[in-house]
Amino acid sequence: MAHEVGQQHPISTYFLVWGLLFVLSFFSYMVDYLDFQGMMRWALILLFMFLKAGLIVSIFMHVAWERRALKVVILGPPIALLVLILLMTFESDYIFLTRITFFGEGAAAVVHH
Amino acid sequence: MSEAVVSGPGDLMPDSAGGVVADFSADRQTFHVPWGKAMMWFFLLSDTFIFGCFLTGYMSVRMAVRDAWPVPSEVFALSFGGEPIPLILIAIMTFILISSSGTMAMAVNMGYRGERNKAFWLMMATAAFGAMFVSMQAFEWTKLIVDEGVRPWGNPMGAAQFGSTFFMITGFHGLHVSAGVIYLIVIGRRVKSGFYDRTRGNYEMVEITGLYWHFVDLVWVFIFAFFYLW
Repeated sequence: MAHEVGQQHPISTYFLVWGLLFVLSFFSYMVDYLDFQGMMRWALILLFMFLKAGLIVSIFMHVAWERRALKVVILGPPIALLVLILLMTFESDYIFLTRITFFGEGAAAVVHH
Repeated sequence: MSEAVVSGPGDLMPDSAGGVVADFSADRQTFHVPWGKAMMWFFLLSDTFIFGCFLTGYMSVRMAVRDAWPVPSEVFALSFGGEPIPLILIAIMTFILISSSGTMAMAVNMGYRGERNKAFWLMMATAAFGAMFVSMQAFEWTKLIVDEGVRPWGNPMGAAQFGSTFFMITGFHGLHVSAGVIYLIVIGRRVKSGFYDRTRGNYEMVEITGLYWHFVDLVWVFIFAFFYLW
């Protein structure tokens, strides 16, 4: 295991993932085409997004076969982004509230959130 | 204990937490991959943060806005003589990019098998898909700017921030695709000329190029979900 010649895997694996990506993309397009709304829309968008991202990263980018040390370095730091996203949702909600407090409800009051 | 059998102290348990600690504390090379591959991963990690910050900025702006956000489903609809079909161009672009990811994965495989002609043509197919993607994006931008009057500072459909976030995020992604097409052509020509047979005799460079290309596809998955489907 010390010296493998790069990442070599059966072609059938790639074809399977390729096919799955097409199917998942079709599903995520259908989310919009069939006009899902509310929580259902978000759940489906995120589900298909994470499945696609997972397949690309783990199989096409070979992360599934890398050593754990590299996995940790690749997948660990982006957790900081999740923290940023969380903080920014609080911030944006606050800005939105101050805006409607001082400038009144916008045209979007109904559609928003 | 004979030496030179293991490539690193983490070898005995490469997939456990102990292996990670051993790899990092070995006082020698940490990552047992070609250096070019490790460097590409670090670059992609920094790029993850760039796109992550763009998308988070877009989210913050969109959540805080009072005016109605233009409905992407309608803005990006396209009519082929009949009823406008929602998001159709974006859907086609998504399928093109996924096709290109597939051909790229095949190219990496063929490279390692030493089938250099096949690897070359698969890389050219990938580049061609990339060029198609960028062309369709140019068409989309033209339609938005000329026909719909979308500008970075405003648009007739609603919230002014729509234009600035759209042009910045898709523009930056398009730039990555364009750079990737050039990258593929450069490396592809080397593959065809037998450069990697002569110099190092291995095709890890094709895999590294593939990492970049798959990353571009990966970013599009997130842009598609957050910008077009939200």
